[in-house]
Amino acid sequence: MARIAGVDIPKDKQAWIALTYIYGVGRTTSREILQKAQVGAEIRMKDLTEEEVTRIRNVIDKEYEVEGDLRRSVTLNIKRLMDISSYRGLRHRRGLPVHGQRTHTNARTRKGPKKTVGARSKK
Amino acid sequence: MARSLKKGPFVDAHLMGRIEELNRKNEKKVFKTWSRRSTITPDFVGHTISVHNGKKFFPVFVTENMVGHKLGEFSPTRTFKSHGGKTKKAVTK
Repeated sequence: MARIAGVDIPKDKQAWIALTYIYGVGRTTSREILQKAQVGAEIRMKDLTEEEVTRIRNVIDKEYEVEGDLRRSVTLNIKRLMDISSYRGLRHRRGLPVHGQRTHTNARTRKGPKKTVGARSKK
Repeated sequence: MARSLKKGPFVDAHLMGRIEELNRKNEKKVFKTWSRRSTITPDFVGHTISVHNGKKFFPVFVTENMVGHKLGEFSPTRTFKSHGGKTKKAVTK
């Protein structure tokens, strides 16, 4: 049972995959971390020595922004965009796509489930 | 792709001149510009600039947070008059 960067407890998986369970660590970053900590990427998490785990932990603590800190900085960035009322901020506010995608159709990820407006019925 | 750092931020020369002039005289005056493409540099902070949005000039008060963005980002070019008014009736019916 290894606890790295707070809550994450991956086990039984190869180290480089296990690390991707941390928010902010993908496969590329994971490999970088292991390289810097000088730990073999394909060793299973449970086979690592305590000392190796500590090395990984140190590398992450020192050089990477993960989990809570990363989430916070992301929301702060979005908030900054909204506060200065830039175009991107406005799109965030309205829950519409930010990067110039079409909204005539699609864009359901940002807009959420369809809300039918429907033609007004004559009474 | 991001702009090459070698070139530095792009600001239209006429706009930069205008800002420098105001800074030299130490005054703040609202002025109009069409140059939506210009990057906001730290010199702009505190000025109010009317940025054209294709139809009108939209006054933008530049704060420190805006540095690094383009002027056009703060002058919306589209208006969205909302759909609906119907939904309320549909619900009450």
